[in-house]
Amino acid sequence: MAFEYAPAPESRAVVDIRPTYGLFIDGEFRDAADGKVFKTVSPSTEEVLAEVADAGAADVDAAVAAARRAFGPWSALPGAERGKYLYRIARIIQERSRELAVLETLDNGKPIRETRDADLPLVAAHFFYYAGWADKLKHAGFGPEPRPLGVAGQVIPWNFPLLMLAWKIAPALATGNTVVLKPAETTPLSALFFADICRQAGLPKGVVNILTGDGRAGAALVAHEGVDKVAFTGSTAVGKEIARTVAGTRKKVTLELGGKGANIVFDDAPIDQAVEGIVNGIFFNQGQVCCAGSRLLVQESIQDELLDSLKRRLATLRVGDPLDKNTDVGAINSAEQLARITALAETGEAEGAERWSAPCELPDSGYWFAPTLFTGVSQAHTVAREEIFGPVLSVLTFRTPDEAVAKANNTPYGLSAGIWTEKGSRILAVANKLRAGVVWANTFNKFDPTSPFGGYKESGSGREGGRHGLEAYLDV
Amino acid sequence: MPSVTSTPTAGTAALADATASDAALRRFLHGLPGVDAVGLEARAAMLGTRSIKTTAKAYAIDLAISMIDLTTLEGADTAGKVRSLSAKGRRPDPTDPETPKVAAICVYPDMVATAKEALAGSGVKVASVATAFPAGRAALPVKLADTRDAVAAGADEIDMVIDRGAFLSGRYLQVFEEIRAVKEACAREDGSAARLKVIFETGELSTYDNIRRACWLAMLAGADFIKTSTGKVGVNATPPNTLLLMEAARDFHAATGTRIGVKPAGGIRTTKDAVKYLVMVNETLGEDWLSNEWFRFGASSLLNDLLMQRQKLRTGRYSGPDYVTVD
Repeated sequence: MAFEYAPAPESRAVVDIRPTYGLFIDGEFRDAADGKVFKTVSPSTEEVLAEVADAGAADVDAAVAAARRAFGPWSALPGAERGKYLYRIARIIQERSRELAVLETLDNGKPIRETRDADLPLVAAHFFYYAGWADKLKHAGFGPEPRPLGVAGQVIPWNFPLLMLAWKIAPALATGNTVVLKPAETTPLSALFFADICRQAGLPKGVVNILTGDGRAGAALVAHEGVDKVAFTGSTAVGKEIARTVAGTRKKVTLELGGKGANIVFDDAPIDQAVEGIVNGIFFNQGQVCCAGSRLLVQESIQDELLDSLKRRLATLRVGDPLDKNTDVGAINSAEQLARITALAETGEAEGAERWSAPCELPDSGYWFAPTLFTGVSQAHTVAREEIFGPVLSVLTFRTPDEAVAKANNTPYGLSAGIWTEKGSRILAVANKLRAGVVWANTFNKFDPTSPFGGYKESGSGREGGRHGLEAYLDV
Repeated sequence: MPSVTSTPTAGTAALADATASDAALRRFLHGLPGVDAVGLEARAAMLGTRSIKTTAKAYAIDLAISMIDLTTLEGADTAGKVRSLSAKGRRPDPTDPETPKVAAICVYPDMVATAKEALAGSGVKVASVATAFPAGRAALPVKLADTRDAVAAGADEIDMVIDRGAFLSGRYLQVFEEIRAVKEACAREDGSAARLKVIFETGELSTYDNIRRACWLAMLAGADFIKTSTGKVGVNATPPNTLLLMEAARDFHAATGTRIGVKPAGGIRTTKDAVKYLVMVNETLGEDWLSNEWFRFGASSLLNDLLMQRQKLRTGRYSGPDYVTVD
């Protein structure tokens, strides 16, 4: 008899989702000025979770005006006072973490194991970290009395809804800015719950404003006259549009865009741990991670051994109900994203790469894609060049460290990379040559609020996290 | 979950070269892939988060009971103590005859005959530690005599300790030959042999790289089981070091087609812990290893916790430690 794990679903009862949600402007929830709404669905079941207000130009005006009014008093507060609010928010997030984890899993489709063990702890840690900076800004290396910029317009993606919100809002508030944030169209709920947390924490009205809506609301926010600072995380295509929009204005901008991270495995790597790192690099959050290790560069001499181990491991991944505590791989976030992944995988096959998918049963409803890898991939293949943003790994080989570095850098992106070797000197030598904002050694997808994160080349500009992350929100 | 199946890629014959000389053995063991401690521990911790409930838990509890080497290894052991432990092993829960019996009773060599008699006809095996357990600090002839004595008294299984001093000073071939010699001493006159478990005392080997090398050394030397520890030192079985043993057994099977058993021992006291180890077996070695032929727990207090959890699942109530026997 086999050891079959009985279903172990996390309770949905810990989260109370209302049927409708308004925009959060000036400390109040309100309908969109033109009354428009849209639905947000659970990607694992296609069930409608709630109806959410669809912000238009008038709402963007109102939110920016509220943030402008709040900016004066907020920025005049002593840093220690702003820090108090941030600590309070961080503690409330910890207290409500189970509720928020379930909510995020419902709205995004990612497994509860990830929201519980990765997203939520990191969200709280980010607020705690920047709360600590609020009264120490003069020691941050940006002058004796660094000033905030004003109103920050922030647009975030759907892959880590609440975590990206934390990356944006925590440093902005710590430095004395006020915020208008637009969450992604497919994952608006956790930002609206965060709005409630702001009220619970007694945050002054207008300091944080949340506008739900689609790309038009985001574009209107970025282009708005009253916005002093633009922060965007998302696709490179949209990032380029934003850069064009803000060019020639006073607005300061940070962009965190796409990636095609190389995970380089040398022949002296710790194989079992490298396999775990590869899995974590590309199947964490269904591969919908901008810094995913989507290109595996493996030294030719260990290719067969490594791929055998990797396939054996992939066969043990548990794909299915994201609320089940034993699920490793959840649902793709939207039908649109699933279509894109499917199309790119088909291109991979058409171009002659060999496709292998983990044997797993996919649920009937919802958006699903089996963990997949392509072997026999060359630099010229589409699946080696384009960001797929899904659970699809392209396997390439190399013979020498120089070749590994050349191939790793041969991409318009430059967000992340991984190096697997037991030889410390090789880690240092190779890391120095990689054009990537973050280089992991013998690990992958490890995040910490103290560590700056950002891209080279078309992966974006500016850094979020750590002391460096303050700079983007200060007038320096 | 699909089972882990592999086809032998290199026969034992190819590995024979590895043990041709001290230098060759050293090259082979040091050529094994390294172990990244952070990554190994993270993987073991992740597997520990699996949520095993209801039917899966009931299955795991019964499986765990059937995998226990119920152990008493005290200076104060007496025939009476061994007999009462044997009775417990045959019928762990007098209130429920459906409860599986344990895999073996594990004792010192001088208690083997007593245990054998007490377990006659039950199917529960007698395991005996040997080779100057737990330190292993005795001359080889003494260790071999210790082993032969236990086998002659009827031991079905021998749990030997390796010479950690020799291992740590790099005398791998000496350790290898000692395991070989003990394996030969496990042979019975009728041509059968006691199964040999090789204890590394992972807490004393200290690094994960050493533990992996010790695994391969023992498997090449003919171990039937590889076992973490004696239970007599500060650090005994842990999820990471047991995971490492499992990975070695998995890789050895892939390379040679020979299946090796794994036994964590020492420090596993709760049902929760035991279930975590079974999850590790399931997701590392696959279901082929999920029987007491290939996986054991070396434990003494674990059984009672499993029995209490079993009663709780069966009756819906938690009855407390007075409702399981203290032996």
